[in-house]
Amino acid sequence: MAWFNRKKKGILTARHERIDVPAGHWVKCPRCAQVSNRRELDQSLWVCTKCEHHLRFGAERYLSLLFDEARFTQHDTDLRSKDPLTFTDRKAYAKRLRVASQKTGLNAAVLAATGKVGGHPASVAAMDFSFIGGSMGSVVGEIVARAIRRAVEHQLTLIIVSQSGGARMMEGALSLLQLTKTTSNLALLKERGLPYISVLTHPTTGGVTASFAMLGDINIAEPGALIGFAGPRVIRETIGQDLPTGFQSAEFLQDHGFVDAIVDRRQLKRSLVHLLDLILEP
Amino acid sequence: MPKARHKYLLDFERPLAELEEKLEEMRRLGSGAEDLADQVADLAARVEELRGSIYQNLTRWQRVQIARHPLRPYTLDYIDALTTGFFELRGDRLFADDPAIVSGFATFRGSVSGYINRTVLVVGHQKGRNTKERQYRRFGMPNPEGYRKAGRLMRLASRYGKPILCLLDTPGAYPGMEAESRGQAEAIAHNLLVMSRLRVPIIVVIIGEGASGGALGIGQGDRMLMLENAWYSVIAPESCSSILWRSWDFKEEAARALRLTATDLQEVGIIDTIIPEPVGGAHRDPRATMTAVRDAVGAAMKEVSALDIDTLLRERQRRFDAVGIFTEDTS
Ligand SMILES: [Zn+2]
Repeated sequence: MAWFNRKKKGILTARHERIDVPAGHWVKCPRCAQVSNRRELDQSLWVCTKCEHHLRFGAERYLSLLFDEARFTQHDTDLRSKDPLTFTDRKAYAKRLRVASQKTGLNAAVLAATGKVGGHPASVAAMDFSFIGGSMGSVVGEIVARAIRRAVEHQLTLIIVSQSGGARMMEGALSLLQLTKTTSNLALLKERGLPYISVLTHPTTGGVTASFAMLGDINIAEPGALIGFAGPRVIRETIGQDLPTGFQSAEFLQDHGFVDAIVDRRQLKRSLVHLLDLILEP
Repeated sequence: MPKARHKYLLDFERPLAELEEKLEEMRRLGSGAEDLADQVADLAARVEELRGSIYQNLTRWQRVQIARHPLRPYTLDYIDALTTGFFELRGDRLFADDPAIVSGFATFRGSVSGYINRTVLVVGHQKGRNTKERQYRRFGMPNPEGYRKAGRLMRLASRYGKPILCLLDTPGAYPGMEAESRGQAEAIAHNLLVMSRLRVPIIVVIIGEGASGGALGIGQGDRMLMLENAWYSVIAPESCSSILWRSWDFKEEAARALRLTATDLQEVGIIDTIIPEPVGGAHRDPRATMTAVRDAVGAAMKEVSALDIDTLLRERQRRFDAVGIFTEDTS
């Protein structure tokens, strides 16, 4: 998917091009059961052309989508989780990490890059749910914090695309304190008056919602995305009743005043550029 | 041990309580009898031995149980013991008050010279003692109003130049429909943002349970203190068990895996000071516990108050940035 021009100290300069996926791979829409081939889905940015359901879209795809001509410089690609607690549940965390890396080709549940968005220099971090549920541990927290500091240092617009089940349990309190690490850096960014746009995609819950995802100057959500603090299952078990349809959806959050705009992925780039043009008017 | 207290005994304390009872009875029967004296001394030694082996080798789950002990001192008990003139302030000015968090100004009665009588803002989770109170306090699980009240008052403290003392004791933020509708996540996130830049010292003490964003929402600052038997983690062991083991039955394993005790957390640099508890837990001797907390808080307050505000904020940021363990291969 990407051609890497140079690799030095965790910096990758990449030009991402649309890959030619064989048309023979079929994907069924989980909502309307419409079957599309991958080429069609790539063209519609993995939005179902029949029901507009937003299928999963990974970190690398978001970077390619948001940066002009899909050109960006990736940072901090050499950070790796260390299993600081030697955590084991039914599986060892070390093994989960290995499997996640092999399965996704990623080193972490977030990618950070700089480049231009509609001509505006930007620092972008995009999370990836496919890497251990997009959970935030020490590495994710550090990469996000650095993406924020990079924006502060070079006067960039900050965009974070969230997609996460929350803090990574397998790092215990260390992962909890990544909420602190990321938000405290956001506070510095806000003091400098630099814009931060948070893009919330399906799903954004737990510690990521309770830190940087909810703190955008402007919060933009994809249609139908699940957004919340506690997961629906926990709430159901606590209150002992079923939850109404649409509870904790992007639309629900907008109705309750926590999301500025709901934007279809196919309009996301255009909307962001529109917004940045307005905010960053010279 | 009086019988009435038996209902508050934790399962692992029972063998000790039984032995203690036997010892008491022997003492009562055999006062004066020569031949019994040896047996009494023998039993007393066994009691001490058992006490030592139980409380010096507490498992992580056993500490979680002590942290949740129904007789354990709560925030208002600390306010009573460590301060005078507590003036409670309520409400978030937006929607409601939340009794799961209490806050107000008070005079901290310190013991450390140079930090004796100072106005502080106290913010803490509050649990209830009986069924009615527990429901009223929502088991110490705040709604967004609680975090917003705390945020409002902490900003006020910053404006007035009064240091903040945070007392953490929560099984988590309340996972309810109303909490979600009113932005539980935003309320917590906003406090994290605000607290990182407050221009007054913030001392955090984990007095009981410190679960997840629910604890963090009023609990980050310049020094982290933790009672010996308190626990602090990203999730409660039961919930961790339910998610990772897909069953509620692995809470002990989860507690072990999460490394949620004070010593665990001191090892990874999250906790600065462990405040020792009386043998058996804070509730066994609340007065001794309060004294230890007063001394530790006073020392920490004195230390951070000596810094000018810009240095304090720089060091706070450095602390926050330093947490995390990972590798970075830059070869
Ligand atoms: Zn569909």
